[in-house]
Amino acid sequence: MTTATTFVGSSVKRVEDPEFITGSGTYLDDIKLPGMAHMAILHSPHAHARIRGIDTSKAQQHPGVLAVFTGKDTAGINPLPCAWQAGGVENHVNTPHVLASDEVRYVGDAVAVVVAEDPYTARDALELIEVDYEPLPAVVDPEKATQEGAPQLHENAPNNVCMRWTAGNQEATDRAFEQAEVVVKQRLVNQRLIPTAMETRGAIGSYNPGTGEFTIWMTSQAPHVMKLLLAAFVLNVPENKIRCISPDVGGGFGSKIFCYADMALVAFASRQLGRPVKYVEDRTENYQWTTHGRDHVTYAEIAGTRDGRITGLRVRTYANLGAYLSTIAPGIPTTLYGRMVPGVYKIPATFVEVLGVYTDTAMVDAYRGAGRPEAAYLIERMVDLFAREVGMDPAEVRRRNFVPPNEFPHDNGVGMLPYDSGEYEKALNRALELSGYPEFRREQEEARRQGRLLGVGLSSYVEVCGVAPSAWIGLNGQGWGAGLWESANVRVHLTGKAVVTTGTSPHGQGHATTFAQLVADELGVPMEDVIVEHGDTQGTPFGFGTYGSRSLAVGGSAILRSTAKIREKARKLAAHMLEASEEDVVWENGRFTVRGSPESARTIPEIALAAATGYSLPEGMEPYLDETSYYDPPNCTFPFGTHVCMVEVDRDTGETRLVRYVAVDDVGNVINPMIVDGQLHGGIVQGVAQAMWEQGVYTEDGQLVTGSLMDYALPKASMLPNFELDRTVTPTNVNAMGAKGAGEAGTIAATPAVVNAVMDALAPLGIRHLDMPLAPEKVWHAIQERSASQKEER
Amino acid sequence: MIPAEFDYYAPTSVQEAIGLLQEKGPEAKLLAGGHSLVPLMKLRLAAPSVLIDLNRIAELRGIRSSDGGVAIGAMTTHSEVESSPELADRWPIFHVAGAMIGDPMVRHRGTIGGSLAHADPAGDWPAVALALDARMHIAGPNGERVVPAGEFFVDMLTSALEPDEVLTEIEIPALEGRVGMAYEKFRHPASGYAVVGVAAVVVTDGSGSCQDCRVAITGAGPKATRATGVEEALKGRPLDEQSISAAAERAGEGMAFLGDIYASEEYREHLTKVYTKRALLAAARSAQG
Amino acid sequence: MAKQEIRVTVNGREHRSEVEPRLLLVHYLRDVLGLTGTHIGCDTSQCGACTIIMDGQSVKSCTVFAVQADGSQITTIEGLAKDGQLHPLQEGFWEEHGLQCGFCTPGMIMSAYDLLQRNPDPTEAEIREALEGNLCRCTGYQNIVKAIQYAASRVREHEPVAAS
Repeated sequence: MTTATTFVGSSVKRVEDPEFITGSGTYLDDIKLPGMAHMAILHSPHAHARIRGIDTSKAQQHPGVLAVFTGKDTAGINPLPCAWQAGGVENHVNTPHVLASDEVRYVGDAVAVVVAEDPYTARDALELIEVDYEPLPAVVDPEKATQEGAPQLHENAPNNVCMRWTAGNQEATDRAFEQAEVVVKQRLVNQRLIPTAMETRGAIGSYNPGTGEFTIWMTSQAPHVMKLLLAAFVLNVPENKIRCISPDVGGGFGSKIFCYADMALVAFASRQLGRPVKYVEDRTENYQWTTHGRDHVTYAEIAGTRDGRITGLRVRTYANLGAYLSTIAPGIPTTLYGRMVPGVYKIPATFVEVLGVYTDTAMVDAYRGAGRPEAAYLIERMVDLFAREVGMDPAEVRRRNFVPPNEFPHDNGVGMLPYDSGEYEKALNRALELSGYPEFRREQEEARRQGRLLGVGLSSYVEVCGVAPSAWIGLNGQGWGAGLWESANVRVHLTGKAVVTTGTSPHGQGHATTFAQLVADELGVPMEDVIVEHGDTQGTPFGFGTYGSRSLAVGGSAILRSTAKIREKARKLAAHMLEASEEDVVWENGRFTVRGSPESARTIPEIALAAATGYSLPEGMEPYLDETSYYDPPNCTFPFGTHVCMVEVDRDTGETRLVRYVAVDDVGNVINPMIVDGQLHGGIVQGVAQAMWEQGVYTEDGQLVTGSLMDYALPKASMLPNFELDRTVTPTNVNAMGAKGAGEAGTIAATPAVVNAVMDALAPLGIRHLDMPLAPEKVWHAIQERSASQKEER
Repeated sequence: MIPAEFDYYAPTSVQEAIGLLQEKGPEAKLLAGGHSLVPLMKLRLAAPSVLIDLNRIAELRGIRSSDGGVAIGAMTTHSEVESSPELADRWPIFHVAGAMIGDPMVRHRGTIGGSLAHADPAGDWPAVALALDARMHIAGPNGERVVPAGEFFVDMLTSALEPDEVLTEIEIPALEGRVGMAYEKFRHPASGYAVVGVAAVVVTDGSGSCQDCRVAITGAGPKATRATGVEEALKGRPLDEQSISAAAERAGEGMAFLGDIYASEEYREHLTKVYTKRALLAAARSAQG
Repeated sequence: MAKQEIRVTVNGREHRSEVEPRLLLVHYLRDVLGLTGTHIGCDTSQCGACTIIMDGQSVKSCTVFAVQADGSQITTIEGLAKDGQLHPLQEGFWEEHGLQCGFCTPGMIMSAYDLLQRNPDPTEAEIREALEGNLCRCTGYQNIVKAIQYAASRVREHEPVAAS
């Protein structure tokens, strides 16, 4: 007999895996529809140019080509929407047309499409399209773009400034700086990253002329939102005439949240041609026109006392948003970054100013962590610089400034909702203990005497996830264009088999397992009797999708509401079946029993049978166990922890070797530890990679230099150590599970831990700061310069 | 991801391949392992109208002893070279350098001859061929000719091969005395190519001094190059850290360095010295070990 | 150029097809034979999502033309399980949570298959080296390494002679 709480908290193997390990998953490119045609897209090779004319005649005549479309043909399709108009961008919103017809503004801007019988022919015909471009000057750097005389991208955004957003108390902050014993300033570059989900993006459109309905398969993290945006804003089609389906999706990391031109183009082309139309990016296209992440230039100042207390934080950030606004781009450097810069510290006065800037580059939007990695990097670097300035151990400075456990909920002073719960020092202590921090410091001292460059870096982070409630995040609050609640339907069929449908849309997170664990426990059934369905807007309740580490905290809570409703109805029915009064029926060991006579019991499958047959129901009760819930949390959740990274830098070459990496995370209660650890591993690697290797680079004139995996350094197995993980558990009271979220924590924490470690290694040379990535040459140059000047000083 | 159209021929003899090269003219490209050419074709940075696939020419494959040395067929794969017991014993550098090329899948398809003929400035085998003083056997319409490695690499992506010639065999001459050899490489984190790679061969006498040595550098400049200054500085000196360090300082003399976003000319110049020293130290250790 | 006839044995079954010379082997497997377990993740032969076993060795099927595979024996991820029994590598990836989104997984498994063939008892460093041509963006590789270690020990248990 299955008993309650059998599954929650245990490392159940994933139910998703059998199809993936046998090659029978169904990703977008695996779908073949009868009569399907193939689309290829012609992208601009110029960063900025006027389109004088496009000649498609040769391409149209190419054998096998069905149609060629340009911006003239797609003039009836609206520009893509910006759904998070945070920070007062309203007057400066510029979003891309699905095909540019007058001007292109980055390398990758879409100009024309070919639809052909097969992908080879479509690709061939792209070569036959002649576009007459008049090149215009381009700008790629967000700081330079705001200067007088810089090339202008959009008429409505003078100096390319899309928004100026502030948070915190400017006056109090200025005063704190005037009175400060110590002020440390640093310019920090948080470089552009290219998300690089292993599956590139794509879409298949299929129009049914009989019903006037579109079905669009897409590699999306948020198919319901895409349906809404495509219907209401882009294609002007009734929302009930579009069905969006996310099949198996090969990773997203944020880049697959957004509304992209190809989604509309395949739908349009399918209606024009009367055939299904498929488009799949190749990696080159993916790098050029799928969104990028980060790209901040920040001037940061921290004020404090000689004894290591932080008294003020002042931040000015240029956030590069790319050539146009992507779907939720303005919200990332504002709500998700600006409101998180104080991190885990109790800082009396903070002021943040963010300038959102247009440049001739790919659009920048959420990438794993979305704003919080930039915030954590900023504060964790600044705290280290401050610690060095006052001559204290960075662990001690952290300890001295943490928000103490008895001060939650905590208002961080820059407009974030109150942090729910935290035991920051506990996580730090555990991380120091596990990593052998004091012993490493001694080892480091010895190594330094031998001229070796060993370093240790700490990162004590807090992040915000499960962002909600809608009343706060929505239009009247943070400017998000809808709600951020989540939905779930749970039904138990006649045979006792349960189906969960969710508005979230996983792409590697293992929801089918985690959610089944939850439901199996709540309904007292074996896990294999619970199926989780997602990704198809037909058959799942409207939901906002999977991103921002929200699926369990928000989506899981919606599921629990539905199971609670089922249990409530089932209790009534059980009482009826057992001829007992409802008050005497109790849920015990996964079934209903009558108080005092445990042999009288009914399981959920038994009750489901009764509910579904409907032969004998209490008066007024509807048949079937089938309940839907929409859950809007009262607050966000705030995971935290401390990561410790140990490195050795090679003096001769500037290469950094990761020696050890210890992570202590507190994501609240954990449903499946194996899955959470997996999320942390992957998250940490993405954070480490930003510190060490990854950088999206454009030339001054807007050519993407890191345009392929030959140039953009994705981490490989041989570049990484094993990560040592541990947890503290501080439940949240925001949801019934006490769970916070684990999808992004690793990425947020890791970057500053690594950079702090390398800077610690280089400290004896007097090197304070280097911008990421810490490529060997950059480190070597710094070592050379400092070694030379130290020799002179002697 | 989709190459342009081409005509495909898979000759089964070198003579047949040469005939096809003559017949098809300059638009024809030879296809060996394909790991340089096919990616370029997928990106449409290369669009040869004719491909002549050498993979079915049995005579181009295999390793055989030759006049005290060894001869490696041009179409022998990296992994066959890397794991060859004949080579491992006397020329352990083939195992060491082979294992650093690309990844296992690249090594299963890629060939030593393809790599040398492509003359990629960041390829690994060109440095090894120079350091071993390899002799390139080339077949053409007028028969066979032999080009020493030192004359084979002409410029960036340009070898001494004429358009209608095929590299058939790489002959490695015997080395006399106590020999040590090593290959040290600074890998590009994304492509896996050599930012700088240094192959070193040292010959020592009983006293531990350097009788002879050859050092070759790849990755740093437009083509793989012998570091003659280093060689001169080390010959006749003891193979110890001091003389190796001093000799390595001359690495890069007279070289034109490449620079890119990952490694500037200055940094490549520096790495050339560091990796020359590392390669020589490793070679010296293996000679003395 | 006219299409050319090829004969290829894939997962034990012989196929005869007429193919354009430029057809990539990965497209042949996916689009002609319908074996979509082999994936495409890049266009520069870096990611390894398309890794298959061809004549006993791992190759990137995006860097071989289908015409070149004429006469060859190919194993793809679909051919790894025998008689409904998962291969130890498939088991390992499942047991050790060696996959998240699953997109790189077939290539990873085929690469690991090649490794264990050459080296039945690899060290952690050897496993990491062997994965040089396979990119994963989800797992951070740690559990992939564990999955391969799991499989190696299973293979050694079951085939001690072949492993020695």
